[in-house]
Amino acid sequence: MKETKIGDFEETLLLLVGILDKEAYAFKIAEEFESQTSRAVSIGAVHSTLNRLTEKGFLESEMGESTAERGGRRKRIYTITASGQRTLQDSRDFKIALWNQFPAFAGGKLNFNF
Amino acid sequence: MSPNKNHIAPPRLAEKLLTWFIKDELAEEVLGDLDEKFYSTLNQHSIRKAKRNYWYQVINYLRPFAFKFFKSKNLNNNAMIKHNFKVSIRHLLKDKGYSIINIGGLAMGMVVAMLIALWVNDELSFNKNHSNYECIVQLMRHDTRAGETNTNSFLPTGAVTLVQEKFGDQIEQITMMRARTQSRVLSNQDKKFTENGFFTQAAAPKLLGLEMLYGNQDALSELKSIILSERLAKKLFGDENPIDQFVKLDGGVDLLVKGVYKDLPSNSTFAEATYMTRLLLLFGGDEASLNVWNNYNVYAFAKVNPKSDLKALSALVNESIQPSLPKNANDRSMTFFLHPMKDWHLRSEFKNEQPIISQQLKFVWLYGIIGAFVLLLACINFMNLSTARSEKRSKEVGIRKVLGSVRKQLIFQFYTESLLYSLSAFVLSLVLLWALLPWFNSTAGKNMLAPWQNETFWLLSIGFVCLTTLLAGSYPAAYLSSFKPIKALKGVFAGNQNAAIPRKILVVLQFTISIALIVGTITVNKQIQTAKDRPIGYTPKGMISLRPASPNFYSKKELLKAELRKLNAVEAVGTSNYPVINNLGWNGGFSWEGMANGFDEAFNTISISTGYGDAVGLEFISGRDFSDDLATDKNAIIINESALEAMDLSDPIGKIITYDPGWAEAKNYTIIGVVKDMIKSSPFQKTDQSVMFQEQGWTEWLYIRLNPNESANTALASIEKVFSEILPEAPFDFKFADDDYNEKFNAEIRVASLASFFSLLAIFISCLGLFGLASYVAEKRTKEIGIRKVMGASILSIWGMISKEFMLLVLIACVLAIPLAYYVLDGWLAGYEVKTTLHWWFFLVASVMAGTVTLVTVSFQAIKAGIANPVKSLRSE
Repeated sequence: MKETKIGDFEETLLLLVGILDKEAYAFKIAEEFESQTSRAVSIGAVHSTLNRLTEKGFLESEMGESTAERGGRRKRIYTITASGQRTLQDSRDFKIALWNQFPAFAGGKLNFNF
Repeated sequence: MSPNKNHIAPPRLAEKLLTWFIKDELAEEVLGDLDEKFYSTLNQHSIRKAKRNYWYQVINYLRPFAFKFFKSKNLNNNAMIKHNFKVSIRHLLKDKGYSIINIGGLAMGMVVAMLIALWVNDELSFNKNHSNYECIVQLMRHDTRAGETNTNSFLPTGAVTLVQEKFGDQIEQITMMRARTQSRVLSNQDKKFTENGFFTQAAAPKLLGLEMLYGNQDALSELKSIILSERLAKKLFGDENPIDQFVKLDGGVDLLVKGVYKDLPSNSTFAEATYMTRLLLLFGGDEASLNVWNNYNVYAFAKVNPKSDLKALSALVNESIQPSLPKNANDRSMTFFLHPMKDWHLRSEFKNEQPIISQQLKFVWLYGIIGAFVLLLACINFMNLSTARSEKRSKEVGIRKVLGSVRKQLIFQFYTESLLYSLSAFVLSLVLLWALLPWFNSTAGKNMLAPWQNETFWLLSIGFVCLTTLLAGSYPAAYLSSFKPIKALKGVFAGNQNAAIPRKILVVLQFTISIALIVGTITVNKQIQTAKDRPIGYTPKGMISLRPASPNFYSKKELLKAELRKLNAVEAVGTSNYPVINNLGWNGGFSWEGMANGFDEAFNTISISTGYGDAVGLEFISGRDFSDDLATDKNAIIINESALEAMDLSDPIGKIITYDPGWAEAKNYTIIGVVKDMIKSSPFQKTDQSVMFQEQGWTEWLYIRLNPNESANTALASIEKVFSEILPEAPFDFKFADDDYNEKFNAEIRVASLASFFSLLAIFISCLGLFGLASYVAEKRTKEIGIRKVMGASILSIWGMISKEFMLLVLIACVLAIPLAYYVLDGWLAGYEVKTTLHWWFFLVASVMAGTVTLVTVSFQAIKAGIANPVKSLRSE
């Protein structure tokens, strides 16, 4: 059974994976999350979520190259799958639809540039 | 990166922990990520922070997805556990009677073990509340006279003062205390109470580590000061601060309240006291009285360094006291020694100067063993019943296996069930503990609290529940789950022929104990009855006793007696110098014409007023009571039967006895009466030979015989009125003499009620064991019984066949129990002077009882097996 719903933290991580592209591995994602949101997060929590997203089929991963800082250990690079991209888009569309129904903001007072 | 940080590595331990628990396939990437994180933190922050952060990251990897040991993520665990519980509860409810017996039995065992554990703990923690527990010692002495050594704690004040002066460096504080608590009247205006307390020295509160609620530990530094226990302060002053208030002692001296201390728990040696005041008050303020050598009337407590060698110190103290002992003490030898507080309660019995195992310590062991034993038996029974029942479930196991259960799931199922049973038993035992504790406290004479807040208690209980679960669940879990489904469904499982033997041994063991306990209960009750049936020698019923606590009593005694006699409610009034409920007051020095050579026995000597004989109801065999009209009666005595026997006089009335006690001049007395022996001390001891004089000196115990034609209430009211008019300062603290008399049986009644409780319990537990065995046997022989019935056996013959086997077991138990009970009880009775004989019928009754109980228990199963339709029991094959 595949979970198709997506949580807020999951969505953020999915986006970060996209932003980081070739550098999308657990440590970097956690760093990026902290710098973008100024909220603390443990690598374990990020890793666990990435794992879950992989199980849901939104992410793929493969082992990348190793560097000296990591004591010669390889890193796992994550990439978004087609299904992951669709879920992100669905999520965004759904929210925009909600925004548009919100009378105070409807009518272009807020500018959404995509 | 600063150069000194080059060699820093992440904390090794954290790394090890991580590699220990993390999934192998994740190890590389995670370790890499954490290393990167570590060095990037190190760049910006301190080493310590980086290390701490590394730990934080490691701990945060303790998540199911990364956890090596967490494999069953694909199983629907919750549902399975729920299912297991549901099935277990259904099984529990399916056979309610059996569940109640099984759970109830285990709960009983648990609650007994808990009660006994509480009791043992209370005994072992005696005095532990005193903050100087480790360093308090009591100065005691062995006193050897004519080859007999007696060990006691009564000391002359001189000895204590000497130790105080000579050992100032090794013994920090030493304080005297008047031996035994003193019963005094304390009053605050019209509130007056008779209270027990200690007369001691200024250092006592500090030495004993009393917790002061008001005032401080130096509160007794002034002579006329007193400290009160919390409960007495409340009684006298309510909730106000009693400091610097006055309390009147015995209607005389005013004492200043200088402190209030927190009530001592009942397992403290000093708990009985409700106040403490100065020893010197008792000696009239005379400092010289603290250096007396011929009166053994104080206790002494001291504080020593807990690391000091008590033996060596004792020897030094003894050596220094010896030269000062007065001459008359030298014809007997005395050894002084220090006795540490931790030994006071359980190790205070000595024989020939050596400590021996005390009665109390024996009880601790005995109860401890009983507790462990009861728990063990209950636990084994629980297992037996569970396993006997579980054999019925082989079919269920077969079906489960056919439907795809793996063995692990079956094992889990049986353990869940076992856990449910033992948990229910535990919960039930807590309820029972809550309900039984007040009763147990009053029976055992304790004041224990339920251990709800005690972590050790909960840990032990949880441990025990787990252990029982494992033990009881193991057999079905391991054995039943191993069945081949095809065999289990076919119904062929040949039980091992020897499987019943351990059960049989258990039943014999349990019944041996039960029968022995029944004999014990009968004997203890018979023993009490024997003592109660003795002629008392006076009439406690319809008599009150009191000790007017007033300095004016002496001068107003005759007036009081005369006024009381005028009352319609009073039949007779008399006084004596010692109470009628003990045998204090012993003197030697009696001689008479024709006395056997070398006779030097002492007699119990009391002095009584005229009217005492009528008031207590002395029974005259010959002669008469003292009379007010005859002045010569001042030189007369009344003796009792034992004394008559000891004196060996054929015609006692009118005989002259010379009495030369040593501390008064010798005088001649005429015997004017002989009375029956009175039971004054323990009713389980022989009565003493006694001599009664007419009122010589201070007689402080007042005895009033009530008019039986008046109701006690009106009689008491009229007596109180007269009493308070004449002695307004003294409380009318009377006691009914028959209550006093009955208190003498308390210790034995306590043993009797505990023995009854234990026997009932033992029988109950034995029945459970028997029931388990019987149901096991009946189950095993279902087919056999079916065939027998088909061949024409009657229900009666089947009942006989099964019952016979069990009666044999009980017979074996009887054979074992009778000598055991005889041996133990004979030893117990040997401690009594007045004792019942161990009649043969005690044993017969116990055996018959055990037999009857067996028959009833077994019959249930036997008849059930007998009336079962053979078609049903044979059909399954």
